[in-house]
Amino acid sequence: MIAVIDYEAGNLRSVERAFTHLGVECRITADAEEILRADRVVFPGVGAAGTAMKVLRKHGLDRVIREVAARGTPLLGICLGAQVMLDESDEDGGTACLGLIPGRTRRFDFSDKTFKIPHMGWNNIVCKRSHPVLAGINDNDRFYFVHSYYLDPANNDDRIAETDYGASFVSVTGRGSLLAVQFHPEKSGPPGLRLLAKFSSWKGDS
Amino acid sequence: MLSKRIIICLDVRDGRTTKGVRFADNVDIGDPVEMARDYYEQGVDELVFYDITASHEKRKILISVVDAVARTIFIPFSVGGGIGSLGDMAAVLEAGAEKISINTAAVLDPALINRGARAFGTQCIVLGMDVLKAGVRPGIPSGYEVYINGGRTATGIDALAWAREAQDRGAGEICLNSIDADGTTDGYELHLTSLINDTMAIPVIASGGAGKPEHLRDVFLEARADAALIASMVHFGGYTVGGIKSYLAGAGIPVRRQQ
Repeated sequence: MIAVIDYEAGNLRSVERAFTHLGVECRITADAEEILRADRVVFPGVGAAGTAMKVLRKHGLDRVIREVAARGTPLLGICLGAQVMLDESDEDGGTACLGLIPGRTRRFDFSDKTFKIPHMGWNNIVCKRSHPVLAGINDNDRFYFVHSYYLDPANNDDRIAETDYGASFVSVTGRGSLLAVQFHPEKSGPPGLRLLAKFSSWKGDS
Repeated sequence: MLSKRIIICLDVRDGRTTKGVRFADNVDIGDPVEMARDYYEQGVDELVFYDITASHEKRKILISVVDAVARTIFIPFSVGGGIGSLGDMAAVLEAGAEKISINTAAVLDPALINRGARAFGTQCIVLGMDVLKAGVRPGIPSGYEVYINGGRTATGIDALAWAREAQDRGAGEICLNSIDADGTTDGYELHLTSLINDTMAIPVIASGGAGKPEHLRDVFLEARADAALIASMVHFGGYTVGGIKSYLAGAGIPVRRQQ
């Protein structure tokens, strides 16, 4: 069973619908025991990092997510969920995050005004190293992005895939049983569904 | 590189897709869920469902359409038409839409944009604008005026000023419809599109006038639109999404090709 962490952060049901479509059992939950019992955990979210961290702490879910990571249960962060897996975010005047992956979430800053913020729409990802969950994804596959901040992991090994928008930024990061994607696989058509299918059988190796 | 988006608009009345002439000539052209699936498989980047029922008791039918679409296709889609409160927005988002398009309601109550953006995030709020060329005159320095109620009522509001205000209030995207070009199939209003687009920091969707793939090329290359809305050319114009994208790719425009 896959647990989708419920913390009042946007459209969690689209993730659930995608897994249901794939025939994978999945439950939206804020219950610590249910999350810790799950075979895999998805940490989605849209919104702002400051609010997200406040809600997570209020419900003790920050500790639950750290425990999921410590146990080596496969964990997939999506969009805002991915960003708050790093140490800190520029958003909301600087927000201390979960610190599961060393690095910082930074705001896009373009001197060239032809690049709009948010980065919204379909873009490619270029894999910097192989990863079981990204197997079968090629450089022509496009994924759906909506974000104004980007992942900047501290370690080179954690830069799993990059995307070009104004400059190259990290669109997939992770280490061990943790994977964090900036785009929305649940809204990215066939390649997004393939990624979620791979995640639903991933053992947490990388 | 980010691709240019092609968005198909479906007008929905009483749970059925109707011919794209708003408020008149309601010819049934199919089941919106089936059409959404077909366009999804053709590789469309996004869909818009525009509710022309506009009666409160029938809104439940639209919600069930949105729910069925969300279980069938896995790309973003938005819903517009008659959304005037946070409750309406929540119902549509909960049923599975990614974004909400507001138009007349935002002109009548601009703070609705702020409230929607605060409650659901700016990426959820699309400002729809119906714009008519009015000529430069006092109060309309851009020469383009905003109309409401499906393009029937003039507001005396300048289009460029309204787009800026909506962005400042938290709109995440603008869907810019030219009343002059709408229904002509002679091409998008390029001057209006570039005027608004080049001023905005948020993405702009061009709407109104698409009749052939060359029109999309022009609005992407000359007016630099981020996305283009189409309807009749795929509903009954004989074009497919794949065909349009092949043409655009050949013209050097980045598009998403379905693998």
